[in-house]
Amino acid sequence: MATIYIDGRAVEARNGENLLQACLEAGTDLPYFCWHPELGSVGACRQCAVKQFQNADDKRGRIVMACMTPATEGAIISVDDPEAKEFRGEVVEWLMTNHPHDCPVCEEGGECHLQDMTVMTGHRERRFKFDKRTHKNQDLGPLVKHEMNRCIACYRCVRFYRDYAGGEDLGVFAQHNNVYFGRYESGTLESTFSGNLVEVCPTGVFTDKPFSKVYSRKWDMRGAPSVCQHCSVGCNTILNERAGKVRRTLNRYNEDVNRYFLCDRGRYGNGFVNAPSRLRSAGYVMDGQMTPVPVAQALEQFAAFAKDGPIVGIGSGRASIESNYALRRFVGADNFSTGWAEPLHGAVTRAVDILRTTSARVMPLHEMESADCVLVLGEDVAATAPRLSLALFQTRRTACNKLADKNRLPHWLDAPVRTLGSDLKAPIHVVTPAPTDMDVSATQALRALPDDIARLGFAIANRIDGAAPAVSDLTEEETARATALADALLVAEKPVIVSGTQYASTALLDAAANIAAALVTQGKAAGLTLVLPEANSFGVATMGGLSLDAVCERAQAGQVGTLVVMEADLTRQLDASAFDTLVRSVRHLVVIDHSVTPTAERGELVVPATAFSECGGTMISMEGRAQRFLQVVYPEAPLQVSWRWVRDFAHASGHEGVLDWETLDQAVAATAAGVPAFARIVEAAPKADYELEGEHIRSQTHRVSGRTAIRANISVRDIPPPTSPDTPLKSDMEGTYTTDMPATLIPFYQVPGWNSVQSLNKFQQEIGGELRGGDVGVRVIGERGTAGYAGVAPARMALRENEVLLLPEYRAFGTGETSMWSDPIKARATEAVIRVGGDAPVARVSIQIGAEVFDVPAVNDPALPLGVALCPPHMVARSYEAPCWVTLRTISAEAAA
Amino acid sequence: MFGIIRTIWMTFLHLFHKNETVQYPEQKPYLSPRYRGRIVLTRDPSGEERCVACNLCAAACPVDCISLQKGERDGRWYPEFFQINFSRCIFCGFCEEACPTYAIQLTPDFEMAEYVRQNLVYEKEDLLISGPGKVPDYSFYNVSGLAIPGKGKGEAEHELAPVDTHSLMP
Ligand code: SF4
Ligand code: SF4
Ligand code: SF4
Ligand code: SF4
Ligand code: FES
Repeated sequence: MATIYIDGRAVEARNGENLLQACLEAGTDLPYFCWHPELGSVGACRQCAVKQFQNADDKRGRIVMACMTPATEGAIISVDDPEAKEFRGEVVEWLMTNHPHDCPVCEEGGECHLQDMTVMTGHRERRFKFDKRTHKNQDLGPLVKHEMNRCIACYRCVRFYRDYAGGEDLGVFAQHNNVYFGRYESGTLESTFSGNLVEVCPTGVFTDKPFSKVYSRKWDMRGAPSVCQHCSVGCNTILNERAGKVRRTLNRYNEDVNRYFLCDRGRYGNGFVNAPSRLRSAGYVMDGQMTPVPVAQALEQFAAFAKDGPIVGIGSGRASIESNYALRRFVGADNFSTGWAEPLHGAVTRAVDILRTTSARVMPLHEMESADCVLVLGEDVAATAPRLSLALFQTRRTACNKLADKNRLPHWLDAPVRTLGSDLKAPIHVVTPAPTDMDVSATQALRALPDDIARLGFAIANRIDGAAPAVSDLTEEETARATALADALLVAEKPVIVSGTQYASTALLDAAANIAAALVTQGKAAGLTLVLPEANSFGVATMGGLSLDAVCERAQAGQVGTLVVMEADLTRQLDASAFDTLVRSVRHLVVIDHSVTPTAERGELVVPATAFSECGGTMISMEGRAQRFLQVVYPEAPLQVSWRWVRDFAHASGHEGVLDWETLDQAVAATAAGVPAFARIVEAAPKADYELEGEHIRSQTHRVSGRTAIRANISVRDIPPPTSPDTPLKSDMEGTYTTDMPATLIPFYQVPGWNSVQSLNKFQQEIGGELRGGDVGVRVIGERGTAGYAGVAPARMALRENEVLLLPEYRAFGTGETSMWSDPIKARATEAVIRVGGDAPVARVSIQIGAEVFDVPAVNDPALPLGVALCPPHMVARSYEAPCWVTLRTISAEAAA
Repeated sequence: MFGIIRTIWMTFLHLFHKNETVQYPEQKPYLSPRYRGRIVLTRDPSGEERCVACNLCAAACPVDCISLQKGERDGRWYPEFFQINFSRCIFCGFCEEACPTYAIQLTPDFEMAEYVRQNLVYEKEDLLISGPGKVPDYSFYNVSGLAIPGKGKGEAEHELAPVDTHSLMP
């Protein structure tokens, strides 16, 4: 800690931070543009000027850039100094000389950092009488809109896109007053993190394109804290709503997980909640015709079904833990299924088992950023958990920072630190069957088949600690690889092993766990991360249940009267014939879901559930972090959260007393009591009766407009604002809102004078540190387990003569379930193509998966061995059992002209 | 005592003053153009809707009686719907003052009484007039940097031609 003096006030500054950070942390409003808490300082905008004095006798002082000056012990600065003030005013005035007269038609308006800073510096009158420089815009694809005239050349965009996220197709062109930030030519931004430009850019150059189509000003939207549903990372988000519709998704700061950035699937994948694919009324199938029925009738129908034999329930990794527990409690633990078919069921169960018991540390994303060696074992992280790949990429920055320490440079001094490490690669070793997006930044990328990767993993563990299971008949190459990787891990202090369920291989998971455990025996602060298939897979697997195969068997044996499928699409797990057999062999199929899935289309009784934007619940991420999402929309009947449907079904079928929950708090408490592993989920967020300073927290800004007009076309009479027993947030503008609110209840970021997302600084205890409102989520796993080594190395994978090994090629855009009901992601996803190993050119193949034959475009990929092909799961065949052997025939070798 | 007599005297004198009562509705009073009556949405000189759906009028409205939704056509922003609940409007004129495009204007028409309150909800069709209202010349897009049909980048007032990023000239 250093003491510095800001305008005569002594404040504590953290060691090694700069004056701008110190000022902001001390609550002083100092304008800035180019500094970003995660990207550091470059001193490009000259906006953060302050006066620094040599000592108490120095009356003249000199102007310095606060963001480029370390906060050293005893530093004396003045923010209010007239000369510094004038300097800052002039900087804004000069930035404004070319600024278009656009605010009314600018998506940034009302949450624009440039507007805020202009007001803060007091510039109000244009004196510049000459012409403005203009730019042409580019079409950057379906996600990000470009309006270059509004640029102030702060360089934040390229620093995020290129330096932080490793993207290459956004750059800066031209020179001096004309600098241009864009692509070489119009085209979709390639990075999976392009959406962050919207928040990183302090002006309206990069704005959210899908949001612009349903635009609303920030002050007009209700906000609620939410959790991303599109992968197991569990990034924190803010959902914005107006007039009953979700308008956009923003990043919500969680110091341990996503911090300042989201991936594009999370930001743009939530459109499904408004999509036409939504189910909005209960339906009953009579004579092959779906008829909408009132709720009472649907429940009566269910009661009738319930008399026809045992009820089996299928839960889902995309439903909340409360809904899953409700279903399990209703049907009984023996009749509850996780919704995964084998081998995925076994793999996820094993993965969660490992995570709960491993002796290595299951690290949150931010902790992994400072790893000094990362081994990615058979998981295409960039596709299955995009934000994780971004976190792993930051290990490169950590390496740069080490160099900086040697040269006694502060970490925030972006350009010099980056230059120092310009030759560094990220200390990442990727071993996957197919090329991944992480390969470019990685130190090395090795290719092997899934079982061979597992063998390699076992061999590495055995190298590190001889007590770990050994692998027989290793080839020389395998031994060399294992030795090299083991050595790399052993020189590291904080090695991290990353794997996952992509290839549904328990051997692979065991191998990863063994390496991590072996490293722990060598005294390393080793970390382990296993990527799971869905947002709440951790929760479902912890509860446990039957696999889908077991359910199918039971059904065929005639032991299933009614099958209740909750928020799951079985056609993604079972192939067409298996699904058909299942549906035929159960007497009744009841589906609870928010969207019309192919499973719902076959249901006899279908009831509409709320989407995650319309209800509250808890999700458990891959690191065992239980996080609560709250509703932002107040849905109209008959939509209700899945657990309420289950409860109503239970009551209708005469099972009173099993499930008497009325509110989310009761559901959470019952789940925590019912599943010992979840005892802590009650702490994930405050209860619905939570009050701060005697008031509820409001979810609207105090200047929300149109309250007496927005539904006046329906009825001119005013109605009271909606209420819900499930959220501590009030739906309207009345209530309290402070920067000290519990971190899990922050509905939006805004403080007087700071209307943009930059106001986040005011919600943190220190820049980039914990939120003032405390923890974000609780971990349901202990610090460290005691599990030893497990598993045996599989035999080497032999390729077959007449069949091709089909491996799943996950994609950030395209293979997700709910995200593909969102238009922006659909537009961003590219066509399904089979990548065939070997050198022979192919353009179209016919491929037989199970009983079905598909005719699909294909390309050859020399990086893959002959006899292996990659197929994006769910995009060709709906279901996908991975990996599998298929017959593949080339239809044409050359693309039709 | 004196005060009472004075008051009676002054009241008496009013008998000889000019009559201020207007025989409304047979006779209409003169209202200046800046009178704050019925709200209209105007068009710019080229006949296009002036409102760019910026929402500032709605934000300024103290009784929150304006509601609209932004839409976009060929780069121009416009309100997909624009609703004013006149049963709430207090004719304060804040919306007019907030409007950066002179789209929303108050007019000297106050004859808006209705028997049914619901009829006081005006939609865009009811609000939009065919002329520019009190400000004949202003066109927002002539000063804004957005490109719209007929006005490309660099063609607004006080704009230079767009930068050629491939040029090496300083
Ligand atoms: S970037 Fe900000 S200041 Fe510039 S036009 Fe947009 S809202 Fe206005
Ligand atoms: S585009 Fe935005 S982030 Fe990039 S330099 Fe311009 S103002 Fe800064
Ligand atoms: S990484 Fe996963 S959780 Fe995070 S935003 Fe992307 S899809 Fe959502
Ligand atoms: S302030 Fe003017 S331009 Fe903006 S929405 Fe209102 S009427 Fe339209
Ligand atoms: S923030 Fe300090 S120079 Fe830009």
